[in-house]
Order: sequence, then structure tokens, then C-alpha cells
Amino acid sequence: MPAIRKTAEEAMEYIRSGNTLMVGGFGLSGVPLKLVDALVKTDLTDFTVISNNIGTPGQGLGKLLNTGRIKKAVGTYFTTNPDVGTAYQQGKIEVELLPQGTFCEALRAGGSGIPAFYTPTAAGTELAAGKEQRVFDGQSYVLEKALKADVSLIKAHKADDLGNLVYYKTARNFNPLMAMASDLTIVEVDEIVPKGTLDPEAVITPHLFVDILVTG
Amino acid sequence: MSDMYTQEVRHSIARRAAQELRDGDIVNLGIGIPTLVNNYIPSDFNIHLHTENGMLEVGPSPSPDSVDPNLINASRQPISELPGASYFDSGMSFSIMRGGHLDATVIGALQVSQAGDLASWAVPGRTVLGVGGAMDLVVGAKRVIVATTHLTKDGNPKILPSCTYPLTAKQEVDVLVTEHAVFHFSEGQMTLVEIGEHLTLEELKAITPAGFGVHPGLTVAKRKEAIH
Repeated sequence: MPAIRKTAEEAMEYIRSGNTLMVGGFGLSGVPLKLVDALVKTDLTDFTVISNNIGTPGQGLGKLLNTGRIKKAVGTYFTTNPDVGTAYQQGKIEVELLPQGTFCEALRAGGSGIPAFYTPTAAGTELAAGKEQRVFDGQSYVLEKALKADVSLIKAHKADDLGNLVYYKTARNFNPLMAMASDLTIVEVDEIVPKGTLDPEAVITPHLFVDILVTG
Repeated sequence: MSDMYTQEVRHSIARRAAQELRDGDIVNLGIGIPTLVNNYIPSDFNIHLHTENGMLEVGPSPSPDSVDPNLINASRQPISELPGASYFDSGMSFSIMRGGHLDATVIGALQVSQAGDLASWAVPGRTVLGVGGAMDLVVGAKRVIVATTHLTKDGNPKILPSCTYPLTAKQEVDVLVTEHAVFHFSEGQMTLVEIGEHLTLEELKAITPAGFGVHPGLTVAKRKEAIH
């Protein structure tokens, strides 16, 4: 079934206040900025946002943060936006910090039917506090739970009509993992091409993971 | 200390850390002094640089007119693509790291303990909201080369009996390179393998609270950049 095409504003109708959202990107590369801007313009609020960063001050998810609509942020590196620190100090936002590899694997597990997994990363550190640890073959591992979301907002380079996706350079980052780990995936793309024109060997995200396409 | 002195010291450390790499290594360079290591890799070496945001065969910084905002390294600085490059998602990238497929990483430090523990991401009493990929990198890379100044900017020791800052990982450091010395770590023991000719062992011990042994084949190296 072809992916549904919408404008960024129309695509926001699929999001509800209180949703858990995944948002792709590393820094501002691979962030679906048009979708994030459209989200900022809605009245929706109270989100749990799963994203590596929360933008930079006044950019990307930084806008959503500054309008007070992020209840909780789950990610790895919020230091790029000092506003996150301020909001955290003021008790306005809850933060869950994960090592980046654990974050990726939690996304991959979330989309793959795996509820939790053991990783050596963070064993014996503060980030493992309160988490189950177990020794396999003499090495300590930490039990980490999968991440899932109601909606993911991701950025790809090109889609075909069906929603098959290809990405561009280091803008790929977390986007393919998030497309798998959410109930509904909204993709911002630079271009939509007819089906049959993408090299099947080059498709990174098969169309079954994609629900809605928005051209950026 | 003048900025010029600081820069000379940083380059001295990077130059020495580069000598720890081997021809053909798959390497991830961390932020800070480690990024300078790329300038000192022997020209006849083929080193394959990985960046955790999803690329192998990272090339040098591009000229300002060919910067691509979607071709960046983990420090979000513009990079270029060498022939033979590949792109992959972050999950694959961290499988490479955590899965033991990196030959080496060069990484900075806030503190290193005599057992080879590393603290590099948080300072007690300050809100820390970023950890990034450092923990996975240090846990997964086959050789962990720490490249750091011997003392903090305020002149306090960084190489300690045990870390007082939150750990990045326990007993994962293999080599520690500073402007004054090179140490190796094995089975929780720290050994001095190289000392700069500009200081004595007693002087080194005075700025190194960590307990360490001295390798019988200790090398004395010329590090004129560090003498001031």
C-alpha cells in the first residue's frame, strides 16, 4: 500500500498530547526540521521525546523545549543545548541519559520484538545504578530495556511512492532504527520518486516501516 | 600558561599518541586532543577512521566552500569522504564499537586510575546531561589509548590511585600518553614505559599520585615541546 502523502501541518493530526515521540538526528544533521517546526506550531504538549539530542538553543527540538512541551527527554547528549540543563534544574523536564550504544540498541530491540538486552557498556558506572547487572563468562553486563514510541518523526533523503527510503551520508544516524521502533512513522524527505526507480539493493528502510511521507 | 604553550603541549601529546597506532588499524578518534592525532599519522600508514555517527573512511576537514552539513563527525565538525567510504546507521556503528571491531580508540580523560579506570564524562556536583558514545567506545575498542595532559588546567593531578569522578569504564585503559610520559596498563597494574628527558622520575612521581611500576626497558624520549 502506498505511503500516505501529507503536508507537515497535516501530518501533525496523527500526534496526540502525551505521546512518546522518537525524533531522528545527530546534532542537527538528519533531524526532520520541517516536522519539528510544524509540531511546535500545534497546541500539542506533554511529550516524552526520545532523541539523541534536544536540538540546539532555539533550533530543532530546542523550540519544543522552550515552549514547555517536553515532559521527559530520553537520549545521550543533551549538552549541545544548555536550555535542557536550565529546564532540568528548574524541575520542568525529566531526563533519562543512556550511553549512545545502549540508546541505539534499545531502539533496535524496540523494533525487533526484544524487550530487553544485556550490554557491557556502563557496567560498574553511575549510569548502571538501579539496573540489574549480571556476569556472563566473567564480565559484567547491564540489563537495559527496549525503547518504543507512539510516533517517530524521521528524516530520509528520498522515498519512493511506497515509502522505501534511502538516506544521505551521516544524516542517516538514528533514523532507520526509529522507523522500526514506533507504531506510526512520519518521514520528511527531500524528494519522492516513482516506485521502481530506487535501486532495491540501496533501500535502507523497506516501505513497511513507513506510514506518512512529507516532502521537505 | 600561555595559549601557545598549551597548544604545543596538546600537539606533543597527539604526536606521541599517533605512534601508538599500527598500519591498517580501524580507529575512532575522540574529541579534544585525540582529534589532533590525525595530523601525525605516518604518511605510509593506512589508518581507517570511523566516526560513531555512522561512517568509515573519514577524510580531512573540507575547504570552507565544500562543507556539507550532513557530512560531519561526532564532534559535529565538517569532514570529507575518502575513496572506499561507507555509511551506516548508528546501530551498526555502535555494533562496530561495542562488538570489538575497532582496533583502537584515542580518547581524552578527566581522570585515569592506576588500575586503568577512566573518568571522562562527568564532574561531581555539576549537572551532567551528556554521555554520548564514550562508554561504548572504551568498553569495545581492542586498544584504548588515552591522550591527555598530565595535570588539569588548574595544575591538579589527573592520574590517581582511584578516580574520584564518575567512571566511564573500569579497567579498560591500555595506554596513557601525556606530555611527560607514557604508561601501559595490564591486569590492573600501571607501568611507566617512557619518560620525557625534561624531567626526572622523582619529578614525575611528584605530579603522579597513582602508584606505578617502572618498565625495565624504560625509554627516555625527547619532548622538547613540553619544556618551558
